[in-house]
Amino acid sequence: MVVWTDEERAAISDIFSKLDYDDVGPKCLSRCLIVYPWTQRYFGAFGNLYNAEAIMNNPLIAKHGTTVLRGLERALKNMDDIKNTYAELSILHSEKLRVDPDNFKLLSDCLTIVIAAKMGTAFTPEYQASFQKFLSVVVSALGRQYH
Amino acid sequence: MSLTAKDKSVVKAFWGKVSGKADVVGAEALGRMLTAYPQTKTYFSKWADLSPGSDPVKKHGAVIMGAIGNAVGLMDNLVGGLSALSDLHAFTLRVDPGNFKILSHNILVTLAIHFPRDFTPEVHIAVDKFLAALSAALADKYR
Repeated sequence: MVVWTDEERAAISDIFSKLDYDDVGPKCLSRCLIVYPWTQRYFGAFGNLYNAEAIMNNPLIAKHGTTVLRGLERALKNMDDIKNTYAELSILHSEKLRVDPDNFKLLSDCLTIVIAAKMGTAFTPEYQASFQKFLSVVVSALGRQYH
Repeated sequence: MSLTAKDKSVVKAFWGKVSGKADVVGAEALGRMLTAYPQTKTYFSKWADLSPGSDPVKKHGAVIMGAIGNAVGLMDNLVGGLSALSDLHAFTLRVDPGNFKILSHNILVTLAIHFPRDFTPEVHIAVDKFLAALSAALADKYR
């Protein structure tokens, strides 16, 4: 079981309390598709991904970015049992969406960077450590049901 | 994933903005790495103080960032240009090359914090590719 210190819980709550899902979600997903272009393989039905500008202006990508970020809220609300909270989502990603689990880390790195850019120096090294620990637990839970 | 002409020009242009704050960025990136990836502290057991903002961290962060700045001018031949540094890391420091990726990530986070408007997705991909190529050149002599 993951052990969270009070400082880690406080840091993670604080970060999420300041999160504008409709801004960060789209920025995070579009950055991932631009910086790691092979991740576009999962978005064939999403329309024009031809270049960075098209990706950043794509409304389907924007909407999906927000959806993905809202999914993180489930982990936030169940921090002491992220593993089971995400069991269904893990099956979805492995059996239906067939996403290579290495991609989860790429998206979480982009999320860290987008949040860092928004929070500036308020995203202290300690905040970064707590948030990255949270994301690595999420990534691990999402990859658990792959066989 | 080799550096295209466009990648190189994007990196050079962005580094023009970064170089004034290079010491600060280097120190902060190193401090973030030591905090968020505590296993990296094993390479710095000789330092009395490993906290972000400490003197050894600030000094060494500046050294690293200076070397990266030099590498920006060597992008057409990173393996050749970084040969001596590769010898150092391979035979003297013996840093596991997996850690280059970790430091690179922390450099990207620090750049995003200090240059939020300039660190666009296009700049991000070019710098990420540059740091990856640099890391590969640094690992060139390992075996």
